[in-house]
Amino acid sequence: MDTSTFWQGFRAGAPFVVVIVPFGMVFGVVGTEAGLSLAQVLGFTFMVIAGAAQFTAVQLMTEEAPTFIVLLTSLAVNLRMAMYSASLAPYLGRAPFWKRAAMSYAMVDQSYAVSVLKYETTPAMTTAQRSAYFFGSAAPLVIPWYLATWAGAALGTAIPPGIPIDFAVPITFLALITPMLRTRAHWAAAAVSVALALVLRGLPYNLGLLVAALCAMATGAALEKRAANRATTRGQS
Amino acid sequence: MTAYSDVTIWLIIVGLGIGTFVLRFSFLGLIGDRPIPAWVLRHLRYTAVAVMPGLIAPLILFPAATDGAADPVRLSASVATVALGLWSKNVLVAIFGGAATLFAAQYLIG
Repeated sequence: MDTSTFWQGFRAGAPFVVVIVPFGMVFGVVGTEAGLSLAQVLGFTFMVIAGAAQFTAVQLMTEEAPTFIVLLTSLAVNLRMAMYSASLAPYLGRAPFWKRAAMSYAMVDQSYAVSVLKYETTPAMTTAQRSAYFFGSAAPLVIPWYLATWAGAALGTAIPPGIPIDFAVPITFLALITPMLRTRAHWAAAAVSVALALVLRGLPYNLGLLVAALCAMATGAALEKRAANRATTRGQS
Repeated sequence: MTAYSDVTIWLIIVGLGIGTFVLRFSFLGLIGDRPIPAWVLRHLRYTAVAVMPGLIAPLILFPAATDGAADPVRLSASVATVALGLWSKNVLVAIFGGAATLFAAQYLIG
């Protein structure tokens, strides 16, 4: 392991602790309030390490959705991880198999973002240095994520009634989504998602959300393609 | 959560864990550094904004805590969260501002 590169990555990832800790604590509280045991709350956090998908699963479980719908919808939230995986592959694809597996386990939004930025700006890095940087940036995120969830779960039972804890998930998700709305295609995708989810609310097995999400993805992709085509035509004329 | 047995809950946890790992490992682990079709990437880019808004829209408009009646406390907290998120581009500012609005509104009108 390239130690100095590891610590470089660590310093880049460390500021995100201020996001991870409250987010993890809220998951601990929400999971416990929903009726999960401490082991189950920590099970989610250890095995999934993806806050948005974990919240989605717990929310659908409180709505008593069928098991396969809980799984499909939460996995849909995590489809973006496949995109991260795709964009990291050219930089890390030559690392040893076990390292690629370990990096996949620890792949979260923030460690992905700082690592890919570093790889783009420092093309001279070796594959070993890139791996060290990736692990360095993930360490200050993954470990506090475990600890914060545990703290939240311990705290969960101590929250007095009357506090609108049911609304922690909507607020957290709104806060996560809003900065993502960078282009007209993102806005359109979000609007289609909301409109169809509301219209199709009556569909059995909570299928409405899945249908809404697929249509929203197609909308975003189609608008992006149209914008790109228009830019090319303008460039040629 | 009475609808699920302990086994089912663990099935969901382990299933989601394995599925998420497969997604993270997909290109990095199995495809290596071969190129990925542009249309696949174009769809993947919109997954988060396609799923999360639809999940929370009914929770905001028809909260279970008020038996589905529109609720000024929760609506004002939602508006504050979005406004702060757009203005600051900062997730934490939006979360804490939204939560503060929720508590303040609950105290004033709730």
